[in-house]
Amino acid sequence: MGIPYSYSFRNLWTRRLTTVLTASGMGLVVFVFAATLMLTEGLEKTLVETGSSDNVVLLRKSANSEVQSGVERYQASLLESQPEVAIGADGMPLLAKELVVLINLKKRVGDKPANVIIRGIDAASLKLRPAVRLKEGRMPRPGSAEVVAGESVAKRFKGCGLGETLRFGMRDWRVVGVFDAGATGFSSEIWGDRDQMMQAFRRPVYSSMIFRMRDPSAFDAYKARVEADPRLTVEAKRETQYYLDQSEAMATFLRILGLVLTIIFSVGAVIGATITMYAAVANRVTEIGTLRALGFQRKSILASFIIEALLLGLCGGVLGVFAASFMQLITISTMNWASFSELAFSFTLNFSIVWKSLLFSAVMGFVGGALPALRASRMNIVEALRAT
Amino acid sequence: MSEASEPIVRIRNLSKAYRRGTQVIPVLTDINFDIARGEFVALMGPSGSGKSTLLNLIAGIDSADQGSVLVGDVEITRLGESDLARWRAGSVGFIFQFYNLIPVLTAYENVELPLLLTHLSRRERREHVEAVLNVVGLADRMDHYPSQLSGGQQQRVAIARAIVTDPEILVADEPTGDLDRASAEEILQLMDRLVHDFGKTVIMVTHDPRAAEKAHLIRHLEKGELSVT
Repeated sequence: MGIPYSYSFRNLWTRRLTTVLTASGMGLVVFVFAATLMLTEGLEKTLVETGSSDNVVLLRKSANSEVQSGVERYQASLLESQPEVAIGADGMPLLAKELVVLINLKKRVGDKPANVIIRGIDAASLKLRPAVRLKEGRMPRPGSAEVVAGESVAKRFKGCGLGETLRFGMRDWRVVGVFDAGATGFSSEIWGDRDQMMQAFRRPVYSSMIFRMRDPSAFDAYKARVEADPRLTVEAKRETQYYLDQSEAMATFLRILGLVLTIIFSVGAVIGATITMYAAVANRVTEIGTLRALGFQRKSILASFIIEALLLGLCGGVLGVFAASFMQLITISTMNWASFSELAFSFTLNFSIVWKSLLFSAVMGFVGGALPALRASRMNIVEALRAT
Repeated sequence: MSEASEPIVRIRNLSKAYRRGTQVIPVLTDINFDIARGEFVALMGPSGSGKSTLLNLIAGIDSADQGSVLVGDVEITRLGESDLARWRAGSVGFIFQFYNLIPVLTAYENVELPLLLTHLSRRERREHVEAVLNVVGLADRMDHYPSQLSGGQQQRVAIARAIVTDPEILVADEPTGDLDRASAEEILQLMDRLVHDFGKTVIMVTHDPRAAEKAHLIRHLEKGELSVT
């Protein structure tokens, strides 16, 4: 058995102020680390939850998003009649041919313009997105210049609230409802009648098609057949995959940014931990000599100081994660680089982020404590005892 | 008692020098010296005479340049570092001038420390610790931290820690050096009891003639060489 853990723990407790200050420094770094992961997680979660795995999105080949895509009407008719498309209770195919356009709206706060997605919807659009629920008002009447706004758009953009009027496509559009789409990307969209919008925007083709699969397991065969069909120029993606791909660029950007920031900060925190641990070793030279004289091996001394540094790091980790957990209360919006539209999402904390953050803090503690612990373990017993 | 006269420590041709740059300062020169089992030996001499170095060599925390130290059957001058640490854990008890208790551990935990290096169960360790704290008369203070104890009490805890593994020899470096007269007297009586009642071999370095009086044998060191008194 080695030196008891209580020795490491109580030494930290005895130097409470130093421990708290050093741990706070590390906590700050862990906070940044965790917040970045939470941001990435929130973004991915928002975009991934937007999709449903039974749904298939059809886009023009090599289009990265609905905004860039176009599906010709004759291709749409062919795709509509494929046997894989599920049929709804009303006997109609669960398929929507949609138009997606970006427009520029001013924010309520700061008057700054930002891009918002306008989606021209079909009769089946709502059925295909069970997450979308009307919250206030009503759905737009087909053939009218009426729209419904996602909750997040209604809150943040001028003219998007219930009863307000928007101007785009050289027409005025009345907001007759607000829908709640949970934590999905649809919350950042405005929906209206597709045919009205195609006329307003002078668009001869649909942007994308979405349908529910009769049998979701037949997707691979369907994809292979449709993409090989010489009459068609479309690409089929599961809706979940489509949104995951959309989040990828942004998530990667956030991850790299966060990682770079965290690495730079962590150098500072590790140096802080090293100084603290060197001070701890310097203050306990006689104790180290005594423990060695009593028969504790060098490796026990090493382990004891490493454990102390790990505990110090974990204190910082707990502080950082605790602080970061409050970030969940914050919703932020940023540009979705795939569609160039605003996307609102919140910081999301999950078990994996907690675990990674604590591991990260322990690694910082370990790196910071390694040299001081090595020094402690290498002391000459006689010289250490003489340091009284 | 034939066993009592058998030497437990045998020191042969022991030499040690310190090097400062190119300068070689001899500390011990060709020391030959036996200590019998159950003896109380005082090492005296002026500062720099090498008495602490001799004690450290007997206790196995310093290494000699030449010669050998045999404690019991073990030639400790030949042991490697890990083996030496293992040997110290079982065979030597240390008593220091400034007690050297671990401030963040209670009296009980300080005494228990050396037992953590044995295979004793928690219950067995408890029995041993309580027994030795009773011997030093501090069973009622076992949950106190060193800072809550007087100097004399701290030294008694240190003695309890030194004897808890039942080692063959006890080494004490100025054990009364930091104590007032009355506490020093208590400590010396306790050490005397360890020799008489428990048959321990005690090797003590001291400046204090009154402390040395308790010893059976006083050895004087002068410039690294021994003389018998």
